[in-house]
Amino acid sequence: MPHRKSLSLVWRRYPQRYQLIGSKCLTCGTHFFPPRDFCPKCRRKGEIVEQKMKGTGKIHSFTVVRVPQEGFEMEVPYVLAVVELDEGPKLTAQIISVKPDEVSIGMPVKMVFRRISEDGDSGIINYGYKFEKA
Amino acid sequence: MKHFGIVGYGAYVPRYRIKVEEIAKIWGKNPEDYKKGLLIREKSVPDVDEDAATIAVSASLNAIEMAGINPQELDAIYVGSESHPYAVKPTGTVVAEAIGATPNLTSADYEFACKAGTAAMQTCLGMVKGGMIKYGLAIGADTSQGRPGDALEYTAAAGGAAYIIGSENVMAEIEETCSFTTDTPDFWRRAGQEYPRHGARFTGEPAYFKHVLSATRMLLEKTGTTIDDYDYVVLHQPNGKFPLRAAKTLGVPKEKITPGLLVPEIGNTYSGASILGLAAVLDEAKEGDRILMTSFGSGAGSDSFSIRVIKKKENKHPVKSYVEKREYLNYGQYAKHRRKIRM
Ligand SMILES: [Zn+2]
Repeated sequence: MPHRKSLSLVWRRYPQRYQLIGSKCLTCGTHFFPPRDFCPKCRRKGEIVEQKMKGTGKIHSFTVVRVPQEGFEMEVPYVLAVVELDEGPKLTAQIISVKPDEVSIGMPVKMVFRRISEDGDSGIINYGYKFEKA
Repeated sequence: MKHFGIVGYGAYVPRYRIKVEEIAKIWGKNPEDYKKGLLIREKSVPDVDEDAATIAVSASLNAIEMAGINPQELDAIYVGSESHPYAVKPTGTVVAEAIGATPNLTSADYEFACKAGTAAMQTCLGMVKGGMIKYGLAIGADTSQGRPGDALEYTAAAGGAAYIIGSENVMAEIEETCSFTTDTPDFWRRAGQEYPRHGARFTGEPAYFKHVLSATRMLLEKTGTTIDDYDYVVLHQPNGKFPLRAAKTLGVPKEKITPGLLVPEIGNTYSGASILGLAAVLDEAKEGDRILMTSFGSGAGSDSFSIRVIKKKENKHPVKSYVEKREYLNYGQYAKHRRKIRM
């Protein structure tokens, strides 16, 4: 998780974490999140540009976390899901403002900006995307 | 004719609530004393992963949507709060990055108890009028805390609003603004302290009433208007009682003050309080309607505004939708949400 990683690595990922900025291949239209600078389909013919995802999608699969990892003790039980964005890419994110039994596969979701973790009482606060029912 | 004022606005209130009864029960108090004394039924509580920055971002995204501008057109962001997540590191930087406004802009955090958000609006208005910026974003957002058992615990709530100020595509003109400021020891929090303290004898007359009434009368005089010229009046609302009493003193009929009075249902959202009330009024006001708003910040000061709706814009996320979307917590869950228990 972010608080275990170096500050510079976390910082470089602010555009992805804060705004869902990925990339897109202009040649074939495929979207990438996290961003890629190479299209595996078009290879040398691919032309990659930065692309912000709309932040809407649906739940592809999910799990209910009851034994938290360090730093998430206050949030159990919480829902961790693979979200399929409308643009195609899949990402793993926490689903908030729902009870575990209210979540279902295919449920439409939208991105919200929340605190993800913090490095103790004196370290940096990590912000980023979570999803809630759309 | 060129108008200066609000191009778009957005609100945000967390969905969790705790009732006065639930807090009173824990401390062995009679809930009716607080419900009648403060005219408050319940208050909003942030989720465990919400703070002034995340609330500011949610309100700002709603404001940008209404304004229909590209966030890159924002040249200034000022965030007013008394609960900035960091003691040193501006909330404005987090907001600017999250809404996609970086890097060509200026930003700073404001603090003036509950009126930091209206101070941010005045700054943006001045910069737009002076031609320094095209659009400015002024935000007031708080996740306020009262010491457990203190009277403030019944009212200290969470929420915020964001206003995009400009001179193009204005929906509500800010016709005039003025302020009244003195050094008054009614409420404070020293650096490093978790909870605020208040000088009980100062909270009413010499603080709230003196500043709110003085700033409002100053505005009426400056604009040559009377209360009759306004369709709505919004006053800072630390509880339900103070704004109603100030309104009565000013001769404001009840029907002009209640549309912007949110405190009975969401509590005192501090920097968000008067501007969330303004947002609720803008949601229902018609073109041509005039609104008088006066904020109050302990310490102490008041900013007063005369605002006229000139072009109605639809709010896809009305204040009402946030007020009505609520989930109740018991005191144990509330303590967890407010990190009153530490792990
Ligand atoms: Zn391709």
